[in-house]
Amino acid sequence: MSQPVRMRHMPVRRSPGLTALGLLTPAILVVFGIIVYPMIRTAVYSVTDVTSAMQTSAPFVGVANYATALAGAKFWSSMGRTLYFTIVSTSLELVLGLGIAGLLNAKIKGQWLLRTAVVIPWAVPTIVSGALWKGIFNAQYGSLNAALTQLGLIDSYKVWLGSPFLALNMVIVADVWKTVPVVAFMLLAGLTSIPHEVYEAATIDRAGPFRTLWSITLPLLLPSISIVLVLRIIEAFKVFDVIYAMTRGGPANGTMTIAYYTYTTAFSDQNYGIGSALAYLIVIVIAILSAVYLRALRRSEMSLL
Amino acid sequence: VKRRVWARIGLYLAAALTVVVMLAPFAWMVIASFQTQAELVARPLPWWPQQFYPNRYISLFADPKNDVFRSALRNSTIVALAVVVVSMIVGILGAYAFARLRFRFRRVVLMAFLFTYMLPQIALLIPLYLILSRLSLLDTVTGLIVVDCSLVVPFVLWILSNYFLTIPSELEESAWIDGASRLGALLRVVLPSARPGLFAAGMFAFLLAWDEFMYALIFTSSTASKTIPVAIAEFSGRYSTDFGLVAAGGVIAALPPVILAIVFQRNVVSGLVSGAVKA
Repeated sequence: MSQPVRMRHMPVRRSPGLTALGLLTPAILVVFGIIVYPMIRTAVYSVTDVTSAMQTSAPFVGVANYATALAGAKFWSSMGRTLYFTIVSTSLELVLGLGIAGLLNAKIKGQWLLRTAVVIPWAVPTIVSGALWKGIFNAQYGSLNAALTQLGLIDSYKVWLGSPFLALNMVIVADVWKTVPVVAFMLLAGLTSIPHEVYEAATIDRAGPFRTLWSITLPLLLPSISIVLVLRIIEAFKVFDVIYAMTRGGPANGTMTIAYYTYTTAFSDQNYGIGSALAYLIVIVIAILSAVYLRALRRSEMSLL
Repeated sequence: VKRRVWARIGLYLAAALTVVVMLAPFAWMVIASFQTQAELVARPLPWWPQQFYPNRYISLFADPKNDVFRSALRNSTIVALAVVVVSMIVGILGAYAFARLRFRFRRVVLMAFLFTYMLPQIALLIPLYLILSRLSLLDTVTGLIVVDCSLVVPFVLWILSNYFLTIPSELEESAWIDGASRLGALLRVVLPSARPGLFAAGMFAFLLAWDEFMYALIFTSSTASKTIPVAIAEFSGRYSTDFGLVAAGGVIAALPPVILAIVFQRNVVSGLVSGAVKA
């Protein structure tokens, strides 16, 4: 949008390249100064047989670690669970986030109360949220059991985190509660940027509310939706904190996502070589997802790219 | 007309339901933190404390066995504030370059920053551990600040670059005419009009640093640097039968970010509003 035009009164005569270099050097140092060497180092680990952090020389094993990782049944089952977690949590967050964004954008009384309520789960730290939901789902004293029995919906207390697949879905519930606010805020950003005249035109054309939503709001919101979607997919694919706080991968590996599996391989099993290979497999999958993300960014109205 | 009335009612019902679902879990944590253990395991569960029981808060702040919790609160505060200061300074300068200057490799550099978001922390964990240990920065607050900044700066850059783009450059240009330098115009003209964006970026930076778990889990080992998320995770593992204590710790851990988010909610939303899409 705002192309920095060369002005007669530009104060700095230096080339924009030099100025940019000066302005960006601190950020580049702070970010890439920290991550570049570890990235390379992990890549090296992933092709060597490292079993101790203190090991000075490790034999080169080529793609053997990747082969071992890909051959493991646990790899594919964690990948499958991670995909399930990603797809279900992201779609729930998108649908609910759209609804909440619509409510936040609506002219209703008590909007401040709504906004305050929505901002709270966003601000609660992930580990606290995980510990809280672990308490809510507890089989002996959990408030979900208490509420459902007192409402007469269930007869006896249930073990919500006790069976593998149910536990995974319960973790998704906790993740959705924590994450839906930020999705709603980002979509609200898109909603408020839709000009009013578009809706006035729709009213003149006697379009009903659903027709307006389907033919006007959603298409105009598409750039925001795709950005939010891909950001969330990347984040969900890396899910670790909420798993650690709620189930630590259990029961019976039912919530063992790929990031958690990598963590246990590298740290509990002390298998750094395979752990590093797994980490890079995550990077590869996320990079594929990110290609979609960057394309979505470019297609949107963002002039940054 | 009748259809409109029903639509209004539906809207308010949906809003009320949202408020309840978003508030209820946190509200229960606050209530449980003031209930005795006997009340917490009672069936049917009482939803309001029968007697006011603040002992867990007293224990968290006074009992020597909860040293870790108090030092974690201190460490988290130091880490989060330092990360906010560093990443805001670094981020403002960098974001200004992205928003206002055309230079070679601009796109490449921007892409590189965005790429870091896709990198899972676990991919850097082992080498970072070795580096920190060689620099004797393991189990120190300084070490955590350094690694956390590398996570937070790309976010701040993204939010601020977008926000700076929404500020008309004519504002700066007139400052230049009045003889201001580029930095002077940035400080006196751009930053004051970028307030919502700055609040949003600052909030995100604070939350990310306060929330950060994986680095803290691996790189800290004592009261010298353990942060609040690590302390809460330990609590929830060790006292799984005493939910009241976990709840009290959780309430205290959540209060700083929750209060900040409520106070600045308007700024945060409008900072993102202009930041996330329009640009």
